Amino acid sequence: MRTDLAVIGAGPAGLAGALAAHARGVRVTLVDAAPAPGGQFHRQPASGLRAARPQALHHQWRTWTRLHAALAASTVRLLTDHHVWCVERVSDGRADGFVVHALLGPEQERSVELHATALLLATGGYETVLPFPGWTLPGVVTAGGAQAMLKAGLVVPGRTAVVAGTGPLLLPVATALAAAGVSVAAVVESTGPRRLARYGGALAGKLPEAAGYAVRLLRHRVPCLARHTVLRAHGDDRVTGVTVAALDAQGRVRPRTERFLPCHTLAVSHGMLPHTDLATTLGCRLDGTAVAVDDQQRTDVPGVWAAGEATGTGGASLALAEGHLAGRSVAARLHGTPYTPAPAAVAARARLRRAADALHRACTPPAHWTDQVTDGTVVCRCEEVTAGEVREALGLGAGDLRSVKLLTRAGMGWCQGRICGPAVAGLTGCRLTPPRRPFAQPVPLGVLAAQHRHEPRAEPTPPPAEEGPS
Amino acid sequence: MNPLELARARPGPAFTVEFDGRRVPALPGRTVAAVLWEAGVTSWRSTRRGGRPRGVFCGIGVCFDCLVTVNDRPGQRACLVPARPGDVIRTQEGTGHAD
Repeated sequence: MRTDLAVIGAGPAGLAGALAAHARGVRVTLVDAAPAPGGQFHRQPASGLRAARPQALHHQWRTWTRLHAALAASTVRLLTDHHVWCVERVSDGRADGFVVHALLGPEQERSVELHATALLLATGGYETVLPFPGWTLPGVVTAGGAQAMLKAGLVVPGRTAVVAGTGPLLLPVATALAAAGVSVAAVVESTGPRRLARYGGALAGKLPEAAGYAVRLLRHRVPCLARHTVLRAHGDDRVTGVTVAALDAQGRVRPRTERFLPCHTLAVSHGMLPHTDLATTLGCRLDGTAVAVDDQQRTDVPGVWAAGEATGTGGASLALAEGHLAGRSVAARLHGTPYTPAPAAVAARARLRRAADALHRACTPPAHWTDQVTDGTVVCRCEEVTAGEVREALGLGAGDLRSVKLLTRAGMGWCQGRICGPAVAGLTGCRLTPPRRPFAQPVPLGVLAAQHRHEPRAEPTPPPAEEGPS
Repeated sequence: MNPLELARARPGPAFTVEFDGRRVPALPGRTVAAVLWEAGVTSWRSTRRGGRPRGVFCGIGVCFDCLVTVNDRPGQRACLVPARPGDVIRTQEGTGHAD
């Protein structure tokens, strides 16, 4: 398969980028791992569930219907159920290009190739959850995970939930769970209103949205505990409740404020991290934990653009603006025409980046969260490495995440450190540096073996005919 | 109110899958994780070192906590794999490979 532009990720950024480039005459292929486009934000109920009113679980529904209709009316080729595990830069002598490798469907046993002249990485992000005693119990899920299961599977994890952590995801998740019939015992947010108010200017645009959630939470009688944190999740084989406590202005737990909240589910989130695997494999420069881009959303690798959460988490509206500008830039580059940015998108991007920046500064986990992480708390969920083992590695002289990993196996498991990375960084004081992973996800060995192409060889020389007795 | 009512879902007829020897109803389109959640099951893996129970954590295929054995194939992410009629789902012990 060949295409002008391969867009990886069919969330808001990828959809906007694909449509903007397509509208300017670019042949576009849009690739996504999910069975349908939308990404996490516009994740739709599984088609087999035949939901007549999916918008009941969604925000910005009109944006989705507009994107979906534009995609359907376009000739953008959509490849769903394609799990991209690697992108290579190739040169065929005339022009540079890229080969996108993707595993097919839920089976993931067969890999296909897509050849593209340009690449837009709209790979999105995933949640950060910092550890606390009991966080590995079944029933403790990420806030986004609870939302994803609800949106796609129309299913909830239990009758009673606590939604906790920090950041802009907590309110929509609590609201959605409550609307779906879950009794939400509390929203536990570690940031206080005074801290949010400090960033009021940049966040003014977000106020109507926040007010809307507040009203709905009131209607469902969901109490909001600001400047509180979850100390531990209780239970034997599944979570049965959590202990929460108030925080002081320095982010320390205030003594004698602990209280127990019974629940079947704890949905927890401490922020988001960008998916940067494909970008780092291609050699794109990162800015902190996100892919670095210029004002046209170009990475420093020629032919590679990036947009949305991959370039820094900031929400769906920001992703749309970034994706749109990336699509215009790609079209200009491929046609050799001048880049003409859309003024509205440029303005929206600037405004929404300021708001995202303010939210990141305001919604930080409690400053002293590591105080609550007992030595026995599992930090690396895959390899079952405890906080005590990680601290011991620090005592042995480990000065970066890689050394900690080599000494303890934290980050060496299935998820490749995606989940425990921020926790290990926080516990050891090491900088969180996204590791370079050659593959973005597990690949069957047979698929890798099949990638090895043999040079065509001349017919082997037949062995000399046996000479008969003379 | 439940999520199916909220989204006014009119799913096709339920089918049956097997989970650890018992029959569990499944709605078309749902993942293995969604089917098990609906049945009140929250864990379907025991860890390699501690033998501790695990289920869904990230829900989007990133964390690999929800690994499960489906039709004798271990290491499937329950949050991604759709349930199919007649699937035999088993709690995954460790890696799921006898050693």
